Amino acid sequence: MDLSFTDEELAFRDEARRFFRTQIPDSIRAKVAEGEGLTKDDMVTSQRIMNQHGWATVNWPVAWGGKDWSPVQVYLYQDEMQLAHAPSPIAFNVSMVGPVIAQFASDELKRRFLPATASAEIFWCQGFSEPGSGSDLASLRTRAERKGDKYVVNGQKIWTTLAQYADWIFCLVRTDTAAKQQEGISFLLIDMKTPGITVRPIVTIDGGREVNEVFFDNVEVPAENLVGQENKGWDYAKFLLGNERTGIARVGMSKAKVARIKELAALEMSGGRPLIADPRFQEKLASIEVELKALEMTQLRVVADERKMEKGKQNPASSLLKLKGSVIQQQLTELLMEVVGPYAMPYQRDFDGRNEPAIGPEYASEAAPMYFNYRKVSIYGGSNEIQRNIISKAILGL
Amino acid sequence: MDFDLTEEQRLLKDSVDRLIADKYQFAQRKQYQTETGGWSEKLWGEYAEMGLLGLPFEETLGGFGGGPVETMIVMEAFGRGLILEPYFATVILAGGLLRRAGSDALRGALVPRITSGKLKLAFAHLERHSRYDLGDVSTTARKDGSSYVLDGAKSVVLHGDCADQVLVTARIAGAQRDRDGVGLFLVDAATPGFSRRGYPTQDGLRAAEITLSGVRVGGDGVLSVNALPAIEHVVDEAIAALCAEAVGTMQVMHDTTLDYMKTRKQFGRTIGSFQVLQHRSVDMLVALEQARSMAMFAAVMAADENPIERRRAIAAAKIQIGKSGRHIGQEAVQIHGGIGMTMEYSVGHSFKRMTVIDQLYGDADTHLAILARLGGLFGKAA
Repeated sequence: MDLSFTDEELAFRDEARRFFRTQIPDSIRAKVAEGEGLTKDDMVTSQRIMNQHGWATVNWPVAWGGKDWSPVQVYLYQDEMQLAHAPSPIAFNVSMVGPVIAQFASDELKRRFLPATASAEIFWCQGFSEPGSGSDLASLRTRAERKGDKYVVNGQKIWTTLAQYADWIFCLVRTDTAAKQQEGISFLLIDMKTPGITVRPIVTIDGGREVNEVFFDNVEVPAENLVGQENKGWDYAKFLLGNERTGIARVGMSKAKVARIKELAALEMSGGRPLIADPRFQEKLASIEVELKALEMTQLRVVADERKMEKGKQNPASSLLKLKGSVIQQQLTELLMEVVGPYAMPYQRDFDGRNEPAIGPEYASEAAPMYFNYRKVSIYGGSNEIQRNIISKAILGL
Repeated sequence: MDFDLTEEQRLLKDSVDRLIADKYQFAQRKQYQTETGGWSEKLWGEYAEMGLLGLPFEETLGGFGGGPVETMIVMEAFGRGLILEPYFATVILAGGLLRRAGSDALRGALVPRITSGKLKLAFAHLERHSRYDLGDVSTTARKDGSSYVLDGAKSVVLHGDCADQVLVTARIAGAQRDRDGVGLFLVDAATPGFSRRGYPTQDGLRAAEITLSGVRVGGDGVLSVNALPAIEHVVDEAIAALCAEAVGTMQVMHDTTLDYMKTRKQFGRTIGSFQVLQHRSVDMLVALEQARSMAMFAAVMAADENPIERRRAIAAAKIQIGKSGRHIGQEAVQIHGGIGMTMEYSVGHSFKRMTVIDQLYGDADTHLAILARLGGLFGKAA
């Protein structure tokens, strides 16, 4: 048992550290550090820089621009990216639809979509959830009827993150209503400019516009936009959902948040001394740090195990990482809000644009919105209750 | 980075796992408890034969030459079996003190007798007022010619009732809580003025109250006149060992509870089919894996010579162990229902040992205060 990294791994870590800290613009990294929302331009800029370096799509097959990195390298890459406050590659493109296309789509679709997906010429969004289909995703009802060389799509998607930026949407649609729920679903790629698509924003409790409803009214989609086989979409969706194995715990991001909390708590005064000197506060933070350290070690154990696992096989321990990682992320946003105390109260969204001075310290404005926003992390990607169901079945055999 | 065991470590693990599986079933343990001293002399002999009593000592003295990872392997297995023998007192605590504070001559004299199973030791430091502060010592050591004379009382000395010799802290100089001036002495239990009262602890193991009145210790019994740094390092290593033991105990509680959920039927179905219990079982697993991770971290950091970094890591591990252990123990009893409350069933015994481990060398809250004072784990420039 040796928990130190090899010289090669350390050299790689330094390379990653240098890359993220020197190549990703400071202005973008500062926004991530403060929890400010990124513009589409920020995301695309960052993605292009990574892509030019060959580091945007490391999880893809090598033939399509991926890296044959060891699990430790992937871990270090993600850790350094998060510690540097560099934005992750656009998740819809890189972790979600890219690997599905690379794995299951025709060569024609691969050539058409993969390079543009890697370079963010196409910005994707994900059309999975529906008003009646949340955790029970397979009950989805958006219908795609085959008519000649087209599908005609009718229905509604919801919680579609960043649909307002998206050029294309990858959708789960029902192509067979008679079959068993899971066996009548297909995976369809749809151009957002197609007539009949309407996007309606949903404002979330943090005041932000991250998610949307997307309506489909007789939307005609060329049949060649079907990924893989008709009615096999559920398999591809499961592949997609289980894909993000390491990094799902966001340990690096949480470590960066701890550092940020310590920085800000040294600036905020409480009872005549910096908040960071308050033993109650110290203990509260230390208590989260312990769980985070344990999670980091647990993640490294999963990473080490993966080296021995068959490539592409899913490790149910990733559910465990998501479960614990999401709770820690939420606890840290909670604490960050407590750090700014009364200055968590003013609602200051869009103040920048209005050129008015901030109320209280500038770093305070995003604390409460981030706290509200992060309630989502235990809901999306399979809620924590669903993760418990998965662990219960796959690991405990209950 | 790898979490794999070496071939030698794997062999050690296989043999100690087999020993526990063969010799430490619940009924067997009950039997050992009724023997003189409350543990098994015969098994003590087997530990000696397997080299376990020499685990941390140098090979030139007949030891095994093991480090913290070897200790982790053995203690985790012992935690599964809830072993009763004075292993922690003799090999981990006293053995550690001999390694870090004992002279070559003293080690040369004692280690072969420890490894062969002929000598049992204990570490007497706790006093009525000292709680978890190892430097809070009011027992006095007065210099008299070439020897010292010890006066005072030591409390809850683990396996102090069966120890042939006891390592005792006593103040040579300074005020009661000064870091300097704490001496470490080896006292034979037969020395005039040494008296003790043995009793069982909540976990079924043994301890003793020890009184020292005018106990004379010759020059060769003086290990150190300023022993606190060495003692603190040994206790950090001992905490790492306890963390590993606790993981074994938690693992058994989790496994036993899971088996029970798969077999116990109520309302015509196994209770493991109820989602409310499934989710609680998952939370137990998460707590267990977090604890296992921190026990490994503790093992790796236990030998670190930087006392601050070591302290942070060990404190963090003990916090996680305390939290996870309490959670898993309470849930194991709750999910078992009535049977979990009885002395007739194993889970309660594991729960009791786990509870004692939390109280040993600082509970979770105590270590949280320490870690908080040290500024946590992740630096500002993380």
